[in-house]
Amino acid sequence: MSVPTSTSFDPHTDEPDLPLYEARKQIYPQSVAGTYRRIKWIILAVTLGIYYVLPFIRWDRGPNAPNQAVLIDMPHRRAYFFFIEIWPQEVYYLTGLLILAAMALFLMNALAGRIWCGYLCPQTVWTDLFMAIERLIEGDRRERMQRDAGPFTVEVFALKLLKHTFWLLIAWWTGGAWVLYFDDAPTLVMQLLTFQGSATAYISIFVLTFTTYTFAGLMREQICLYACPWPRIQAALTDEHALNVTYRYDRGEQRMSVKKAAALRAAGEPVGDCIDCQQCVAVCPTGVDIRNGPNLGCIQCGLCIDACDDVMTKINRPTRLIAYDTDVNIKRRQSGLPNIFKPIRSRTILYAFVIAAVGGLMAYQLVTRAPSTITVIHDRNPVYVKLSDGRIRNAYTVRIANMLNDPRTYVFNVAGLDHAQVDIIGAEHAAQGELFITVGPDQTRELRVLVTHDLDDKHGAPVALYFEIRDDLDGRRAVGKDFFRTPNTVH
Amino acid sequence: MEQKTSAPADKSAVPQSGVGTTGHSWDGIEELNNPLPRWWLWSFYACIVWAVGYWFFYPAIPLVSSYTKGFLGWQSRTQIEIDMAELKDLRSGMTTKIEAAELADIEKNPELLSFARAQGSAAFAVNCAPCHGAGAQGFKGYPNLNDDDWIWGGKAEDILTTIKHGVRWDQDSNSRSGVMPAFGRDGILNRKEMATVADYVLTLSGLPVDKGADLSAGKALYAANCAACHGDAGKGNQEMGAPNLSDKVWLYGSDKAAIMERITIGGGGVMPAWSNRLDTATMKSLAVYVHTLGGGK
Repeated sequence: MSVPTSTSFDPHTDEPDLPLYEARKQIYPQSVAGTYRRIKWIILAVTLGIYYVLPFIRWDRGPNAPNQAVLIDMPHRRAYFFFIEIWPQEVYYLTGLLILAAMALFLMNALAGRIWCGYLCPQTVWTDLFMAIERLIEGDRRERMQRDAGPFTVEVFALKLLKHTFWLLIAWWTGGAWVLYFDDAPTLVMQLLTFQGSATAYISIFVLTFTTYTFAGLMREQICLYACPWPRIQAALTDEHALNVTYRYDRGEQRMSVKKAAALRAAGEPVGDCIDCQQCVAVCPTGVDIRNGPNLGCIQCGLCIDACDDVMTKINRPTRLIAYDTDVNIKRRQSGLPNIFKPIRSRTILYAFVIAAVGGLMAYQLVTRAPSTITVIHDRNPVYVKLSDGRIRNAYTVRIANMLNDPRTYVFNVAGLDHAQVDIIGAEHAAQGELFITVGPDQTRELRVLVTHDLDDKHGAPVALYFEIRDDLDGRRAVGKDFFRTPNTVH
Repeated sequence: MEQKTSAPADKSAVPQSGVGTTGHSWDGIEELNNPLPRWWLWSFYACIVWAVGYWFFYPAIPLVSSYTKGFLGWQSRTQIEIDMAELKDLRSGMTTKIEAAELADIEKNPELLSFARAQGSAAFAVNCAPCHGAGAQGFKGYPNLNDDDWIWGGKAEDILTTIKHGVRWDQDSNSRSGVMPAFGRDGILNRKEMATVADYVLTLSGLPVDKGADLSAGKALYAANCAACHGDAGKGNQEMGAPNLSDKVWLYGSDKAAIMERITIGGGGVMPAWSNRLDTATMKSLAVYVHTLGGGK
């Protein structure tokens, strides 16, 4: 059956050379020691330490606010980060954080490739931890490969069971730590242990346990290869000056055995340093061969550098046959030119500028924000009311927010219209001609404010009104502006 | 981007990756023919199985006069009833307080006031806005509830009574009642007399009248026909819903024609009684909401 198509390739007649689907190739990463492995251990310890411990850190905010340093309080619509408290209307800080995160990722990439993937990404960090446990229980690469190829005995079953149990425990601890960021941690821990936590907490823990176990234990490099969008974006964002984990083929080729290399070297022939020992492939957590050049599967963790350095040291050749390097430098060395490094390029300047600008703006906003705010909304329908004595009344919904952790009393005043009568529905008391409004700690209060005036009907333009609150304690002011309108107001 | 069809497809391996191509070529860009990971295929099948599950557990297939109900017996109708019951349960603490409290005490308590206003505002939008307008601004014949002119009383208790029993509502024996006679239609006053008394009514609130209007005759006609309900000075009577004719607020309009229209046909607006439709807490919240719009006495 041949269907004419516009392409010269017809899937019905041309037999595909390859199967459509491919089974996963099991990867058995070998343990390795060295500089980059050490950096990865340190980052793992620090980031996981922060993640598991942070919810338990206390931060005193006084009696009317939670004392958890980092807390996202969904029921009360508040987010706390040490000395910062965020209200729902300030969610633009989150936008700022996301911009900063994206730009930091781009900047890292422009300077030294996939630092995020290799060292910082949770997928990498947790997978590293899970692999370490696997190695402790099941042994290193060779041992695991032999066991998996051999018969499935009771001993093998016991080892696997032990491994998966530990994995599940860590996964469960990971999910458990996550929910602690959303409620008072010590209280929630007690509730969870006595089976009194909310269904939401248990379901969240279950889901995160499942994803952690699946992603870090079972899926591993499959997430990086087939689920994560960043490798595709990264490939489009990188350039020839970004440092990447690179096999220096200018030095490595032709590959040959140590003996043959020694013989040729003695004869004064050109010799490559790579002895094709496959150590770089054996230690790779995603199973790629770095000697094939930059590729999608490489998360640039640098473990192959450690493995190769080890081998180079043993055969008495200079280390860093695999190293953080650029394509440009390989080409330059081949033409006998010295290496160049250009960390300052138009793109790194741009990323750094955006980071500084957005970060600066956020910091400025945070430092200068007012602890008390007032917003005024004019009644839309009706815009004005004619009273029985002929005067005109405008009504406003005024919202006063007290972002401090103690109750505040404000002197409320409406300016802009002389001899106006101001009534407030729900105000406590007036003294010496001043209106006092008390707002509880960390709360907002809505008031209905009525302004009545016998403006003559010829009044054309809307009259500006200034709704002012003055903190009775520290004298700080906040002003909201709106207008007074009459039947003859030109809108 | 044009797809090249002239060049013969080359499916040989690309030197850089060792992977064959599909033979597709766009402006010299070739598509590698990498096999997909098999677990993608499995997750695709898993999605199909998951989707089939919906047919058995949820309402799914339309039949001639019914539909397959699903093992779970789930219905959106039942779901909304559960949600509403949850909401009612959530509010029960506040609604109990509102039911128990006097209207005046609700308005003095910031917490109760804010709850009653929010609940009143929502109930107003559903039940009252069709006649009184979204912002209670009223229309011709439907009072503006923001102003301070009240036909049946502007105290919170008066408003609650009006809400409960309605106005001129036949089905409620306690409804507000009081009907203005149709002076013109029923031949009580002739056209000239109606014009004369209308001129006088205009003067009650200081509105200008035509030159040569016979105000003394108008005053006499007013005293004989209108004062019993609207009062000698036109101040009105809230007991029988007779509007105040001496203020600046006019329900049907303030020109002479509008006044003559009312004298001719009499009658008055109708509002349903809500006591059979709304619960006590909702009606009290509505009374508080309307009272605190600004015009309440």
